[in-house]
Amino acid sequence: MSSPARNMPSSASGPRRRAVALVSGGLDSMLAVKVMQAQGIEVEGVNFFTGFCVEGHTHAIRQKDRNKPKRNNALWVAEKLGIRLHIEDISEEYKEVVLNPKHGYGANLNPCLDCKIFMVNQASLMINKARELAEDRGVDFIVTGEVVGQRPKSQRKDTMPLIARESGAEDRLLRPLSALNLPETLPERAGWVDRSKLYGFSGRNRKPQMALAREFGLEDWATPAGGCCFLTDEAYSRKLADLWQSRNERNYELDDIMLLKVGRHLRPRPHFKLIISREDGENRFLEGYRYRFASLRPLSHNGPLALVDGQLDETEKTLAASIVARYSQGRDAQQVCFEYRTPDGVCRELSVAPTAPDDIPVSWHVGGV
Amino acid sequence: MAEQLDTRGLLCPMPVIRTQNRIRQLAAGDELEVISSDPGALHDIPAWCRVNGHQVLDSGERGDEVFVRVRVGA
Repeated sequence: MSSPARNMPSSASGPRRRAVALVSGGLDSMLAVKVMQAQGIEVEGVNFFTGFCVEGHTHAIRQKDRNKPKRNNALWVAEKLGIRLHIEDISEEYKEVVLNPKHGYGANLNPCLDCKIFMVNQASLMINKARELAEDRGVDFIVTGEVVGQRPKSQRKDTMPLIARESGAEDRLLRPLSALNLPETLPERAGWVDRSKLYGFSGRNRKPQMALAREFGLEDWATPAGGCCFLTDEAYSRKLADLWQSRNERNYELDDIMLLKVGRHLRPRPHFKLIISREDGENRFLEGYRYRFASLRPLSHNGPLALVDGQLDETEKTLAASIVARYSQGRDAQQVCFEYRTPDGVCRELSVAPTAPDDIPVSWHVGGV
Repeated sequence: MAEQLDTRGLLCPMPVIRTQNRIRQLAAGDELEVISSDPGALHDIPAWCRVNGHQVLDSGERGDEVFVRVRVGA
């Protein structure tokens, strides 16, 4: 363990205590870990991959992001803090949270409260297992960067105890940044941490966090809006709702939710949608899905690859191609020639006149233009 | 001969997660070569190795793919 806090004295009451921290890659969880390290607590981080995370793969897809220095924020934070980091794939189990949130959604399809309960529960299972395996060297408690009043759905004074209770973490859940607004937890009562050195941050004002960051000598941190989750994004949520409606089923696969992050989504008819790439990176990404969807590729002009989600008759294939032609360099040509390819690889050519801009109503753009 | 882990077609952080899960099954000193089609893996897998105490022996690009060779730490 290469924690910079490794030489800190252990507490007078016994062995050095250990905590697992939920690390999102944002500032709050980073500070929560720092506060614990300053009290001599040994911290390991855990980061959960839900499938809706904004970073990483999103950068890999889009050409314009390719030249930016890429980093996984959670890993970057772990390295800065000198803690180990486990990244857990919870995308399959997480479906239940997204599809049937007991406490409902926020402004969009964000089930923030159920999400937090789920993640803290996962962490509880981890620490219970660790305690079982090594009683005296187990993990004693869970740390999060939650701040009372910061998020309208999950981080409220009345929901914070609910998260502790429903996750099963009970009083082994400590929020160092907001602890003074909340009842005492086991780590405080047992003297593992000094409550007087915890914080009472509340509300949406980020200034106290920034001041604390400066105190710790931190100069750089990620500022992902909505905690780096696509479900807090209005356009994304509309696309997900549209997907469920079109399938008459509230369900999804990982590929579905990945595709909602890519390209323009147009639904000209209730039973079919086009996913039209916006640039080379997206083109390459969509290529990988041609085995699953029918696709359109302009042959006579440069232009985007488009996936066709749905069963189309001949007239609709022509309509689909003429819409895609609108986004190709042949938009002003008389005719644009396409390759129409079925998922099993059968190709045919299709020549169409590009649709006029006025013939693509705004309502076809799923999630907004 | 290093063990191989093929994560082609997966986007970050999945190659990192697969690497982590495979390394959990390996012993200290074992070697693992991970192949990925996501260039982000070239950054993220070594970062994951650094924070978790594993050693990156080699990494680079091979055509459209990237590889990272890791020695499992204690």
